[in-house]
Amino acid sequence: MTEVLFYSLAAISIISSILMIFHKNAMYSVLYLLICFFSVAGLFVMLNAQFLAVVHVIVYAGAIMVLFLYVIMFLNMSTPITIRKSKLVMGIAVFTGLLLCFVLTTALWSTDFGSNPAVVDQNIGLASTLGKVLFKEFLIPFEVSSVLFLSAMVGIVIFNKKDVKDE
Amino acid sequence: MAGLQDQLRLVPLEHYVFLCIVLFCIGMTGVLLRRNLINVFLSIELMLNSVNLLAVAFSVYHNDPNGQAFVFFVMVVAAAEVAVGLAMLVMIYRNVRTVDINALNQLKW
Repeated sequence: MTEVLFYSLAAISIISSILMIFHKNAMYSVLYLLICFFSVAGLFVMLNAQFLAVVHVIVYAGAIMVLFLYVIMFLNMSTPITIRKSKLVMGIAVFTGLLLCFVLTTALWSTDFGSNPAVVDQNIGLASTLGKVLFKEFLIPFEVSSVLFLSAMVGIVIFNKKDVKDE
Repeated sequence: MAGLQDQLRLVPLEHYVFLCIVLFCIGMTGVLLRRNLINVFLSIELMLNSVNLLAVAFSVYHNDPNGQAFVFFVMVVAAAEVAVGLAMLVMIYRNVRTVDINALNQLKW
């Protein structure tokens, strides 16, 4: 049962991401990526990482994808952009992707990950465990990330401020 | 969740790693393939996502919550990156009137 669930979620994520990179309309690409994100959240739940699954849905599906859709509507580019790249460049791009996939898979083939753990701690993915880790061992990175957010916000405002000299 | 032990035995770690490799390569192909700046950003998101999945899988199979804390930080940085990137995209669109990355070839010469 869980096996079937894993393989179907994996197939959904792979198919929707392939559709995402080949679709001409940016709006549909965002929606396909949304499907991919939801299936990855399902994989997080299967791995018993409930907290990260919820954060993943809220941050990616809730915030980032809405930001993308908002920018697409803001720029009014729902009309398809025709791919004018030459067939040669497209072929080289796909070939490079397949080559990287081949190299990494070969490396995976010759790697021994050992057997699966005999005892699995089922509380690892819960919010209480992760909260303790975040606020004890990773307290300073946690605070620094808030400064990162503040600087990103300031940067965005400066980027989109109209230059006074140009007026 | 008594089924977690059986679940981990059914799906080996290699399959998770292979899924992440495939997703990462699809994302890289998208970055190389598309000229629309928005699609390039989406492909970068897909690559970050596959690495997150890989970190969570390793963290669960090795009984180590630090991996999931790292995934949390990766999500934070990805959110900031997307916000700054989309702001740059809007700025580029206002200056060049297009989001085609081939229009930004001034640094070539």
